[in-house]
Amino acid sequence: MQSKMKELDPILEVENLSASTDNLPILKGVSLTVYPGEIHAIMGRNGCGKSTLSKIIAGHPSYNITNGDIKFLGENINSLEPEERSQSGIFLGFQYPIEIPGVSNLEFLRVSTNARRKFLKKEELDTFDFEELVKEKLEIVKMDHAFLSRSVNQGFSGGEKKRNEILQMALLEPKIAILDETDSGLDIDALRIVASGIKKISNAQTGIILITHYQRLLDEIEPNYVHVMSDGQIIKTGQSDLALELEKKGYEWTDKFIKET
Amino acid sequence: MVNENLVKDVVKEPYKYGFVTDIETEKIEKGLNEDIVRLISQKKEEPKFLLDFRLKAFRKWQKMKEPDWAALGYKKIDYQDIIYYSAPKQKEKISSLDEVDPKLLETFDKLGIPLTEQKKLTNVAVDAVFDSVSIATTFREELAEHGVIFCSISEAVKNHEDLIEKYLGTVVPASDNYFAALNSAVFSDGSFVYIPKGVTCPMDLSSYFRINSGDSGQFERTLIIAEESSSVSYLEGCTAPMFDTNTLHAAVVELIALDDASIKYSTVQNWYAGDEKGIGGIFNFVTKRGKCLGKRSKISWSQVETGSAITWKYPSCLLLGEESVGEFYSVALTNNLQQADTGTKMIHIGPKTKSTIVSKGISAGNSKNSYRGLVKMGTKATGSRNYSQCDSMLIGDQASANTFPYIKSQQPNSEIEHEASTCRISEDQLFYLQSRGIEFEEAVSMMVSGFCRDVFNQLPMEFAAEADKLLALKLEGSVG
Repeated sequence: MQSKMKELDPILEVENLSASTDNLPILKGVSLTVYPGEIHAIMGRNGCGKSTLSKIIAGHPSYNITNGDIKFLGENINSLEPEERSQSGIFLGFQYPIEIPGVSNLEFLRVSTNARRKFLKKEELDTFDFEELVKEKLEIVKMDHAFLSRSVNQGFSGGEKKRNEILQMALLEPKIAILDETDSGLDIDALRIVASGIKKISNAQTGIILITHYQRLLDEIEPNYVHVMSDGQIIKTGQSDLALELEKKGYEWTDKFIKET
Repeated sequence: MVNENLVKDVVKEPYKYGFVTDIETEKIEKGLNEDIVRLISQKKEEPKFLLDFRLKAFRKWQKMKEPDWAALGYKKIDYQDIIYYSAPKQKEKISSLDEVDPKLLETFDKLGIPLTEQKKLTNVAVDAVFDSVSIATTFREELAEHGVIFCSISEAVKNHEDLIEKYLGTVVPASDNYFAALNSAVFSDGSFVYIPKGVTCPMDLSSYFRINSGDSGQFERTLIIAEESSSVSYLEGCTAPMFDTNTLHAAVVELIALDDASIKYSTVQNWYAGDEKGIGGIFNFVTKRGKCLGKRSKISWSQVETGSAITWKYPSCLLLGEESVGEFYSVALTNNLQQADTGTKMIHIGPKTKSTIVSKGISAGNSKNSYRGLVKMGTKATGSRNYSQCDSMLIGDQASANTFPYIKSQQPNSEIEHEASTCRISEDQLFYLQSRGIEFEEAVSMMVSGFCRDVFNQLPMEFAAEADKLLALKLEGSVG
């Protein structure tokens, strides 16, 4: 670990976390610590538990924590509701953003932003002030104003959905953002927009976890750490070159680490 | 499902209108026979034609059978165990609001419908009906200046006998159905509206129906007549106290629109629905029908049905005039053991007539919610069109939704279009909203009002806000 960062308090500490859904164990002792300013990448085969880890950190009700702790800014959050986690600054960018028919995107974004602002003891924004704020943030993801008047994610293309996620991240200004395969299904232009959006939003006070299969996102956003997951565990941690090696050699190469852990 | 219990909590309904007003009432004995019908008519000092109307209806009703085709299950109603006339005791003739029993004014205050001169709602004229009688109507003089008549139907019988005799029972004949016949025999009070030729009613008109006594039935009767090129927007609200017995409510509403006239009729129905075990609640059997008699006339029904243990209601349009338009926008929310069988009938008789049906049913708890609708194109309805959209939303996995669309076309040169969908509020949707900081309850109500948007957009503005609030209230509970 880099010594400079160690002086700061961690944003997120996942300690020996095990979790199951329908009595089926998915995570089997995951530990991960994120300090301010750090970018972590988590890679691994489909079904290794990457997405589950991100959902559990966000508080998805379908998973039970069977062992271990999740700490956010030093506080145990195991029993917090998803909305409390979001309000306090945890953001999950969904792999498959959910469509909510009939609910206008603009209203959704405003209610969500105000929930976070309320937590931060900032003044809640009325429709006009929010319009101003959202206009500015739309620039970051190069989205058209027309997206705001549509229903949440309904009829959005894959790329539009992902950009809408980054827009939400920009509005919520989280302390930590976990982006679950935000790069999948994006063409090169969209990928650049999304990557540059993430870079603009992140800073020395925030932490980012990128869950991805591909090097191409990591070419745009260089991680401090790369973790490889397999069967509910982190089996190897390295720096950005680990991702390059993984790209070259494939996940089979990592299988030999399983025994070592 | 982890969230199942949470959902159950959230849809628990706190009923805020369940209080009883302690007031001396004049009630007649229980039961129904010809003498009772005569007694009601006599108490109301009615002209002979009306007594005859009632007696004819009563004799028809005796020969009819209670309908059983609706997807509803309830214990048999004992028609002899109901009081058919109940009125708060007050002075014989009330000339001004100051003479209304303060208890009654207080009751309506509590319901959010202040009636006194100082406090009354500024942009809506209100006719307040308490049990069997209308107790007050606001803004009468102001309306009279425009020639608009807005009063209780009992007063209309006295002061506008010719209009009543001409139109009463012409849209919903006494023999129409079992409950309409019963209403025609024993109806107590209700509202009467007359908009003269060329007049756009200067404000919304509203009737507020309050059932107070537990053993009386409520049988109100509403008649609205819009003369040529006139228009009116009418709102109706209803609440009742919480009793552990069922109260029968069988109303009849008749609308008549002449050439180029338009009537918009909006209802927010929030009768007591019974408790979570299905004990108590109003049995709501209502016949509402509008007749688009004139050319280019328009009748639009919008309803938000959230209350009653049983709802049996099909606001309909008879489209006689050429190019007349019928609309039906409905949100029906059922929870716990509530049952609703509701929908509409659009009967296209004249040529180039048009109708639109948008129905949104939301079922939560163990409730049952059915849409039942008929679209009929008569032989002369050439070039007529109908569009129907019926969507159902299920909350939890114990609720049920049904759609029964009936289509009858005798006119090949007409179009009928029907769309239907069913959706469920998914755990993933809730989690998505929650993960954006939105509280569980708010997430549910956001999705429900999103689902109802098409209908809420049709409601008058103040009403839309009220409806939205009402649904949120219904879906509010003690989470966590």
